[in-house]
Amino acid sequence: MNDPHLLSLTVNGAEHEVVVEPRRTLADVLRHDLRLTGTHVGCEHGVCGACTVLVDGAPTRACLVFAVQAEGADVRTVESLARDGELSDLQRAFGDHHALQCGFCTPGFLMLAEGVLAEQPDASREDIREALSANLCRCTGYQTIVDAVHATACSRRETERSGARPVDWESCS
Amino acid sequence: MTDLTTTDRPDQTAPHEAADPDRPVHPLSAGHEHRPDEPRFDGRRGRWVGASVPRREDPRLLTGRGRFVDDIALPGMLHAGFVRATVAHAHVTDVDLSATREVPGVVAAFDGADLALGDIVAILDRPPEEFTPTAMPVLAKGKVRFVGEPIALVVASDPYAVEDGIEAARVSYDVLDAVVSSASALAPGAAVVHEEAPDNVLLDVSMFDTPGVDEAFAEAAGDDAERSSTRRGCVVEVTTRSGRQNALPLETRGAVASWDARDDQLLVQTCTQVPHQVRTVLARSLGIPERTVRVTVPDMGGGFGQKCVVGREEIAVAAAARRLDRPVKWIEDRREALTAGFLAREQEYRTRAAFDADGHITALDVDVVCDMGAYSCYPFTAGIEPLMASAEMPSVYRVPAYRVRGRAITSTKAPTAPYRGVSRPQYVMAIERVMEKAARALGMDPVEVRRRNVITAFPYTGINGVTYDPGTYRESLDLAEATIREEGWFEARERGDRHLGIGFCCFSERTGYGSEAFAKRKMTVVPGFDISEIRMDTTGSVVVTSGTMNHGQSHETTFAQIVADRLGLDPEQVKLRQGDTERISYGWGTFASRSVTIGGSAVALASERLGELLCRIAAHLLETRPENVALDGDGGVVQLDDPSRTRSGAEPDPSPKRLSFADIADVAHLRAHLLPKDVDPTLTATASFDVPGDGTFSNATHAAVVEADPGTGQVRILRYVCVEDCGVVIHPQVVDGQCRGGIAQGIAGALFEEVTYDDQGEPSAASFIDYLVPTATEIPDVSIAHLETPCAFTANGAKGAGEGGTIGAPAAVLNAVNDALRHTGVELDTTPIHPGTVLDALEGTS
Ligand code: FES
Ligand code: FES
Repeated sequence: MNDPHLLSLTVNGAEHEVVVEPRRTLADVLRHDLRLTGTHVGCEHGVCGACTVLVDGAPTRACLVFAVQAEGADVRTVESLARDGELSDLQRAFGDHHALQCGFCTPGFLMLAEGVLAEQPDASREDIREALSANLCRCTGYQTIVDAVHATACSRRETERSGARPVDWESCS
Repeated sequence: MTDLTTTDRPDQTAPHEAADPDRPVHPLSAGHEHRPDEPRFDGRRGRWVGASVPRREDPRLLTGRGRFVDDIALPGMLHAGFVRATVAHAHVTDVDLSATREVPGVVAAFDGADLALGDIVAILDRPPEEFTPTAMPVLAKGKVRFVGEPIALVVASDPYAVEDGIEAARVSYDVLDAVVSSASALAPGAAVVHEEAPDNVLLDVSMFDTPGVDEAFAEAAGDDAERSSTRRGCVVEVTTRSGRQNALPLETRGAVASWDARDDQLLVQTCTQVPHQVRTVLARSLGIPERTVRVTVPDMGGGFGQKCVVGREEIAVAAAARRLDRPVKWIEDRREALTAGFLAREQEYRTRAAFDADGHITALDVDVVCDMGAYSCYPFTAGIEPLMASAEMPSVYRVPAYRVRGRAITSTKAPTAPYRGVSRPQYVMAIERVMEKAARALGMDPVEVRRRNVITAFPYTGINGVTYDPGTYRESLDLAEATIREEGWFEARERGDRHLGIGFCCFSERTGYGSEAFAKRKMTVVPGFDISEIRMDTTGSVVVTSGTMNHGQSHETTFAQIVADRLGLDPEQVKLRQGDTERISYGWGTFASRSVTIGGSAVALASERLGELLCRIAAHLLETRPENVALDGDGGVVQLDDPSRTRSGAEPDPSPKRLSFADIADVAHLRAHLLPKDVDPTLTATASFDVPGDGTFSNATHAAVVEADPGTGQVRILRYVCVEDCGVVIHPQVVDGQCRGGIAQGIAGALFEEVTYDDQGEPSAASFIDYLVPTATEIPDVSIAHLETPCAFTANGAKGAGEGGTIGAPAAVLNAVNDALRHTGVELDTTPIHPGTVLDALEGTS
């Protein structure tokens, strides 16, 4: 039952094949097998959200998912957000609003927020606060994280209204 | 009126414009030796200090390119985990690791006898009746004193095999009674945690007992027949308690240790706030020269004090790496962090205070008991909390007579470390409850009672012998109250249709304790100074070191701002290096809000010295007198009587008398024969700084408006206002961030978090399911206003800003909840405040 599996999955647009034990978590595969250490682990029991990544577009706790469950999935991690050395609008908003101090929770919040903004493009500040309560931050007191995500939501809505091409997040690879 | 909806700093991102656009002389370039008694801060501001420049840390942390301990992977690296005690108090009769060693993937397993490491011992220079030294072994020796205590180390090829190996270990115990509260620890016949301390008391210090304490109580109680009963004061008594808490950095503790044969050195990469102290203790524990240990600190995911003491696990892991000659990694899991990491905060204060009829406090008498858990932490000892409380208890008030007894007791719970605020959240809560109770007893407004007692003339030397440098105690109180009043919260409360309560907390916080202040505590290891070295390379950019240790406080940014101003550089040209014992000869790390006050001052002074050196070389190269040159604020040195600068309207001189730093650096490194005879090649300068005397005090008033839900007893915070003064603000956004984060942790302690144990000493909150960490929906938005009283004796006029938020929040929230319950007759004096308690009060069943 501990026999290794050959797992194939797409991470940040690149296809990978990894040999994994069935009990190996997706977080461990991302961090230690693929060396994508931007995804952090804060509790390993599904509460802190530091390990949040997008699996087929949905925010997912990578510590709760066995890697084998992600067979064939499209996984996005924090490493996919910046393009050609340019921070994304959401990343810039985090910096502008001082939404990170130690930065340990930040990748999880960024990926959670990307999921929330995709699912609820019209989210109000209170909707965003509610959605972000899925993750823990010990440094900031959350206010500036809510501000950063809300500012991004507003500017994305503005972009959409003004007819400019919206950020086509899914097509970025 | 300060607008509390903004931070009162219109210019949030751009650097300050220079007052004089011509800037012939950089305002901070004048260099002269300071006398120790001379104020350091001369009131001059630079261009970068005070601006919320983009954080230097952000780009890597936002893109997942930070490097935290668990991100480090070394070739051939093994993984480690600990066999931990499953009972709270027992003699260990046998440790059997034979099955562990057979587990596939397990490479080695060591118990305490195998590694034979020296104990961790922290000592106070106090007589035996005041302090009992105890030792913390790296791995338990014969006895365990809390559930989770490390007994053996398992090393394996991967973390999953480590878990299997730990499961296979067999430990036999001869179980003793657990000691799970300070009351049971002090009870006659209690089980003894350390043989050296048969009464379970590690520190017992009575201090001050100034004249007039008993007389003041007698008078306030009306025992004095001379006084008419209408002019009687009052005596208030309150017992406040705060629950055990976890500082809870989101990144747990961890270390990667490896032996480097070429460097003849053990490299320990670990997330610690105090790398040099880890090196010192590690070398002593292993019995090797300190030069053979190098401690480096990667990015760190918070610490809040939990990582400002030396842990036993990193030492065990280092010993294993040396023994096996393979890199070994240990990452604490969350269960270990919640149960076996350093905890904090469990304290009880029995406070009596006497007031005269006008609401002036006339005496204070306090008994403080701190449950420090199983061991004394290095370097602070178990004495840190009661000594802090005893020394500082009078807080921001003019107390004429004072007596205190402070005790540290030991119990069979995980040991404690000084968590953000260190006793101040607790003693401030005690004294702020006293103010509220006195106001009720005297029929006065609680803010008015504070107003009548708060220190307003500075410097003020208190009954505790501490001298307080200038602050805005009264002003912060007035502004916080006016804000709440103008927003209509008092009227809303008076309407009485909801269970609304308003609470205040006025406090100060000594920041950046220097050697002198710590020496007064009688520590034998005395933190205090900090050092900095600055180097300029051939391109004119600089690397500056600091013995402080960033873990979220933005030092890479704020220290670069300080250097940039002193030298006239762009902050982008400044790189801060911390957390490497090879680069910094010694330092005391980051705790007690010391980084900008002490570390920032050392960095500023080193920069000034480098500026002087640059000027000296430039004068020589320009063939002019040293007094005739100055830094130009733009990366160069100018000749002051340069005609090209003073001729107005004329054509500029084709060869202006200016040398860029790169020009000077080129000579200093690559053409050293051109240097003045008495100047050594290369461009380096060093400086140290220590806060003199009693140090500097930041201050603040917090105001909270809460609503208690009559259906559930839940407390919701509707409004939170913080008026703070940390002197000169280096980076407004960062200071706001420290306030908000601190307040969130204070609210966590007031309403949510508690580490609890059953009668056997088994921790009952071993996961985030049971240890309730507040999220974005529980923590309110916080409005912050800044008052600014520059500190006269730090180089930048800054005071510390790291801890204040955490200090003020518990008392503000507790007072507000009591205000919401005022009609019930119930008063709460314990945190965390449980919804059930509030509900009982509202339903009249308590
Ligand atoms: S590490 Fe996955 S939720 Fe905490
Ligand atoms: S920034 Fe440190 S945990 Fe969120």
